[in-house]
Amino acid sequence: MTKRLLSINDLSILLPTGADREYAVQDINLELNAGETVCVVGESGSGKSLTARAVMGLLPAPHVRIGKGEIIFDDEDLTKVTYERLRELRGSEISMIFQEPMTALNPVMTIGAQIDEVFRYHVSMSAKERVEKAVSLLVDVNLPDPAKIINAYPHELSGGQRQRSMIAMALALGPKILIADEPTTALDVTTQAQILELISDMQKRLDTGVLFITHDFGVVADIADRVIVMQHGKIVETGTTKQVLQKPKHPYTKSLIAAIPRLKPRKARSRAAKVVLEAEDICKSFGGGRSFFGFGKPSRDVKAVQNVQIELRRGETLGVVGESGSGKSTLARCIIRLIDSDAGQIKLGDVDITKLSRSELRPFRKRIQMVFQDPFASLNPRIKVGDIISQGPILQGEDKDEASKRAYELLDIVGLDRRSFDRFPHEFSGGQRQRIGIARALSLRPDILVADEPVSALDVSIQAQILELLDEIRAQMDLSMLFITHDLRVAAQVCDYVAVMQYGKIVETGPTAELFENPKDAYTKSLLAAVPGKDWHF
Amino acid sequence: MGNFWTRYKRNHAAVFGLFVIALIIVMAITASFLYPEDPFRLVGKPLSEPLTNGFLLGSDSLGRDVASGIVHGAKTSLLIGFVATLVSVFIGIFFGAFAGYFGGLIDDILMRVTEIFQTIPSFIFAILLVAILKPSMSSIVIAIAVVSWPGVARLVRGEFLAVKNREFVQACHTLGMSDLRIMLWEILPNCLSPIIVVGSLMVATAILIESGLAFLGLGDPNVMSWGFLIGAGRTMLRSAWWVCTFPGVAILITVLAINLIGEGLNDALNPRLKERQ
Amino acid sequence: MTKSTKIFKYVGKRLLQGIPIILAIVIINFFLLNLAEGDAVDVLAGEAGSATPEYMAQLRKKFGLDQPLPVQLMVYLKNVLSLDLGYSFRHDMPVNELIFDRFAATGLLMTSTIILAVGFGILLGLLAAMRLNTWKDAVITVFALITYATPLFWVGLMMIVVFSLNLGWFPTSGMTNIAAFYEGWDYVVDVARHLVLPTITLSLFYLALYTRMMRASMLEQYGQDYVVTARAKGLTERRITYVHVLRNALLPVVTMAGVQVGALIGGSVIVESVFAWPGLGMLAFESLFARDLNLLLGIFLLSSMLVVVVNLIVDIIYCFLDPRIEVN
Repeated sequence: MTKRLLSINDLSILLPTGADREYAVQDINLELNAGETVCVVGESGSGKSLTARAVMGLLPAPHVRIGKGEIIFDDEDLTKVTYERLRELRGSEISMIFQEPMTALNPVMTIGAQIDEVFRYHVSMSAKERVEKAVSLLVDVNLPDPAKIINAYPHELSGGQRQRSMIAMALALGPKILIADEPTTALDVTTQAQILELISDMQKRLDTGVLFITHDFGVVADIADRVIVMQHGKIVETGTTKQVLQKPKHPYTKSLIAAIPRLKPRKARSRAAKVVLEAEDICKSFGGGRSFFGFGKPSRDVKAVQNVQIELRRGETLGVVGESGSGKSTLARCIIRLIDSDAGQIKLGDVDITKLSRSELRPFRKRIQMVFQDPFASLNPRIKVGDIISQGPILQGEDKDEASKRAYELLDIVGLDRRSFDRFPHEFSGGQRQRIGIARALSLRPDILVADEPVSALDVSIQAQILELLDEIRAQMDLSMLFITHDLRVAAQVCDYVAVMQYGKIVETGPTAELFENPKDAYTKSLLAAVPGKDWHF
Repeated sequence: MGNFWTRYKRNHAAVFGLFVIALIIVMAITASFLYPEDPFRLVGKPLSEPLTNGFLLGSDSLGRDVASGIVHGAKTSLLIGFVATLVSVFIGIFFGAFAGYFGGLIDDILMRVTEIFQTIPSFIFAILLVAILKPSMSSIVIAIAVVSWPGVARLVRGEFLAVKNREFVQACHTLGMSDLRIMLWEILPNCLSPIIVVGSLMVATAILIESGLAFLGLGDPNVMSWGFLIGAGRTMLRSAWWVCTFPGVAILITVLAINLIGEGLNDALNPRLKERQ
Repeated sequence: MTKSTKIFKYVGKRLLQGIPIILAIVIINFFLLNLAEGDAVDVLAGEAGSATPEYMAQLRKKFGLDQPLPVQLMVYLKNVLSLDLGYSFRHDMPVNELIFDRFAATGLLMTSTIILAVGFGILLGLLAAMRLNTWKDAVITVFALITYATPLFWVGLMMIVVFSLNLGWFPTSGMTNIAAFYEGWDYVVDVARHLVLPTITLSLFYLALYTRMMRASMLEQYGQDYVVTARAKGLTERRITYVHVLRNALLPVVTMAGVQVGALIGGSVIVESVFAWPGLGMLAFESLFARDLNLLLGIFLLSSMLVVVVNLIVDIIYCFLDPRIEVN
């Protein structure tokens, strides 16, 4: 029988008085054995992160504190040990890695110095030994040129390298338990796959118990031995990964799993002949051109988009897929003329809109509209929902009453109450805000909708609803859609055609089903291989 | 609005500050009723101690009433503080908004100008301006405004830079909205909270600058002010401590109260800032 | 490229950037000079009592004041470049000599003030943040709040009333005891005794400012993610405060210290005139009364340049504190 490392018994965490509920976490029971990975899954606000922090004694005291229960580690109750004992355990027996490695590392200390501290505060080693050990750790986490990275500051590394450094730091003293709080959420899929692999390698080597917090069932499927599903601070289901993913019992788990977008491409539809949007040879560079009064060389040019070709046909959804920095969002903004491309043509029907002045462009604005990523940033907090939706038509010269009437209709269409008209955006949830954003985009009766990561800021269950809504609207209004996403699973679900972007270029394009089944480009292949949970049939 | 007041009320010091400022404003408005005599007039025995010869706060070396000077000086301080702040906030918003919104060359030029004005030691610049323009209420207001606006411009520029890249502004572009309308109706309302907080603190700074100028003899010679009283009394420091002391206390209380209000406004307006992020 | 060559390049670049700023200030100075009613000749004529218009025209020609403005500007620029800031008719001395005579006194006052204000401001802010919501924090916060609202000149006068007139601990004014003719160590002690009150007066406001900033900055940094990481690593709170939080919290305070140098020079005009400290501020105050505009503008120009230089020094210090500053 494997060794029991951690057991959390009947743990409750109190929220400060005046919060929307009394407990952040209520009556949690959890066990973790050596060499095992337990995933705690839940949507935002489920209390999964606080549970993890409670183990480390890192609750944001004094507002949030443990109400009752015990956390047993090696026959010691961590809720009762002295501060000094807890400090000894942290970093040596129990370690933690975080979601955002950029902010989790001290920006003004080198990576080497930050690893060094772990040794200095837990074991006695000479300075030379500590440096040697730090370098060997960086080698272990597959960082290139460790001698250089040891003297580097966090901002000089990539996101993946930072997270590797965090892992090196966490595993420096071979802890019994590693707590990972969404460690791959801020990373690209291919990097995520590498980090997950690294964690499981290190785990095997050190026989560490890993408590892994995530919202992504794909990640769960790839790494978990056992799963704990949390909702509103309570555990709703626990079991082995197989049990939970294939035979979920609790309705919440069922709905969550049902909402996961599958990597199974949608059925191909016949392509319309009519091309509504055509982009040819689009180029866009950033940087360069240092300021007028500035001295020194111009900073380096970043070629965000290079010679991109795109063709969108009537009624179809074209996905543009890529990781961060691939230029997909820049491309979308060039097409809708939020930024001006350096070269190329963008034809709406037969008109090239790249050369139009702002006033000439105005009538064309109606035909192409955009849905944005961040439901919080995309609505002006000072303007009422009704005005947000109706201001477009009014600007285009429509009568005010007519525009209001249209706004009410649009609220119906996107599934919001008509009373929303007189409310301010902050009264709505993320999903509802995204509906408002869609209503605004539809207010001008566009032919083309550009959707820039419209669901990536939303919880999975909400994601599914918004994707469904977009698909319905597209069918109903015969819209054509340009859909920007980093998530291949989402692309599979909604796109008829897909273009894969890397370093500003389109590396491969084709009908979704064909491209997913039989990718030709090496990058497409690696992207598909990195999709979490791809081998799992839920 | 109700929400704002609830949050403001939580800061008791800020409520106290508001109360004090209200009192001082009432005092300034009713100055001519409280002390109908011209505060420059010699109304009694020189160098009377407080509470003697009918002087509440004593008299100065020429027999002017210190209490009357303080009450009349309140009007000067508050008026100059508010007007100078309004003018400099206006200039600051203008510079900051255009620099932040348009960026590029416009930003470069406007920000270099701002930088120059920020480099110049502001109090000496103010002294120079008043000395050259000849001391008067308007020249003092101009001098304070000219040296105070760069801070606002930088703040507004920063806010505009942050807000202009928010997606709702991009949405306005896709709807075909004009730049001026986006700046005034979409972005500016979202920057008002920090501007209000900084503006309220600038009133306090303006009052301090005004009193410093008046102390150096650069006040409007026709208007009573606290700094003037202290400047006039400093030669008598050894024999008549009260002439300098009470006007200083008046400045201290006024500036403190305004700072407290500023902190209260910050507490009340900041939750929204946090929510926006 | 190594760090030191990078910083060397950066200093060069910042020096170059300072040039247009100084140029602009010189031009502003020139226009202020022209904005003033009457020129040097009017002043001279006023001094002499009476002068014929012919004589004045002759003088104007001699000083180049009959030339068009752009020509005058070029002449002025050339003069400034050769450190010729004009002539003070009141003191009957070139302006630059007058200024250099007084520079040391102001430099001494400013240096001691910056050390006191920044040093104690950081200490008090640190203490308040570490003892958050205790009586120590409350005392420091209230102290900072009140000193932040007090006019400099009034503090100076009250200091004189309390510490000089009543307690007799420190002299009321000046930089040395003129009657005593001290030498050597006695002289140093004498200057130091004279320095105490002006330094405290000038530093109080900035002390309050840095205390408030440091406290706020520490509290903000305590809320950052890297502090949680440091705790999760098992570091002591001491280490977290003094190594992790402190260094990050210092950054905005250092920036602020640079920005405030200009204000400090302004404050020295008031403090020096209150304590009759024989520095640039006192000279500015005297020239203000004597309507000696040439001198006032010279002081203004020099203090602006001083700010440019100090800002550069602060930028370099910042470079060492914050590795994120991309030198290129």
